[in-house]
Amino acid sequence: MSAVDPKLLEILVCPLTKGPLDYDAKAGELISKQAGLAYPIRDGIPIMLVDEARKL
Amino acid sequence: MSSATDIHIFDRKAAALKRARIKKDHLFLFDWAQKQIAERLDVVNRDFDLALQLGTRGDQAPLLSSPKIKTLLSLDTNADSTPGTIADEEMLPLETSSLDLVTSALNLHSINDLPGTLIQIRRALKADGLFVGALLGGETLHELRDSLAQAELKLKDGMSPRVFPFADKQQMGALMQRAGFALPVIDSEIITVTYENIFKLMHDLRFMGESNIIAERSRTNPGKDFFMEAARHYAQNYSEPDGRIRASFEVIFLLGWAPHESQQKPLAPGSAQKKLADALRTDEIKTGEKATP
Repeated sequence: MSAVDPKLLEILVCPLTKGPLDYDAKAGELISKQAGLAYPIRDGIPIMLVDEARKL
Repeated sequence: MSSATDIHIFDRKAAALKRARIKKDHLFLFDWAQKQIAERLDVVNRDFDLALQLGTRGDQAPLLSSPKIKTLLSLDTNADSTPGTIADEEMLPLETSSLDLVTSALNLHSINDLPGTLIQIRRALKADGLFVGALLGGETLHELRDSLAQAELKLKDGMSPRVFPFADKQQMGALMQRAGFALPVIDSEIITVTYENIFKLMHDLRFMGESNIIAERSRTNPGKDFFMEAARHYAQNYSEPDGRIRASFEVIFLLGWAPHESQQKPLAPGSAQKKLADALRTDEIKTGEKATP
């Protein structure tokens, strides 16, 4: 699993709440606490789709 | 009460699936639009630290290339290249005031809520950030639309939408202003492409990832007779002297800035220091007075 580009991390927010995301490099997820969703990262590409996110 | 988000003209899931079908050889229009966007950036007198390209067509097309861009990120609804993200253009996962430039080459025409997406783009831009987009306009594929409609009227009961509706250039300026863009500029170009026949055209559209995604589209195959009739109508009405058929694509270019203090603005009414009449070297006629011949 490759890391997410730091510049990309700077501009990404949760598409649902537009709130901040926590980067969990170990699990390969971007976590939106407000929405209660974890967005997966595949091959360094964050998948910012609500349908694809894991419910927390 | 219904809001813009309740209107679903386009099936967004189908749009993503069609994108997955794209083949490199069929992206001439996309490549052309991309070059046009780069040319528009060339004449802008500033550099862009952080730029985002919306709609990359996965790894099938080269990314926007401009010496003015320092870092380019990308976003697409389907397979994407790094550093990029996969997201829905109707729900952009972008931080407010985070980007210096956003570009979009032919990926905004299948959005249900275009004003909503433009507002999201404008919000993601820093003050004085630039948006340059290209989208397909209303003249696009009018020959195909007509031929399919005529065939359907002749052979079936009524018509169903087979070519999706495109943006109207006349409305784009107002739309950009409504989305909060300053100094919007809209222009368009018509590209005419010739094909051997209607089937070659439809094959090309399919691999551009641009076949019909209207939510209310007819799902049944209309049959061979229908397409033969459409092909006949097309060839009869829209062919070149060499027998090939022509297909028009209207590409509308949108350019607008996120508002900033430094941008030119109209002066407040009544703030003029000189009389217009003096500039025109004529006598001033007060309101209510009649001009004497």
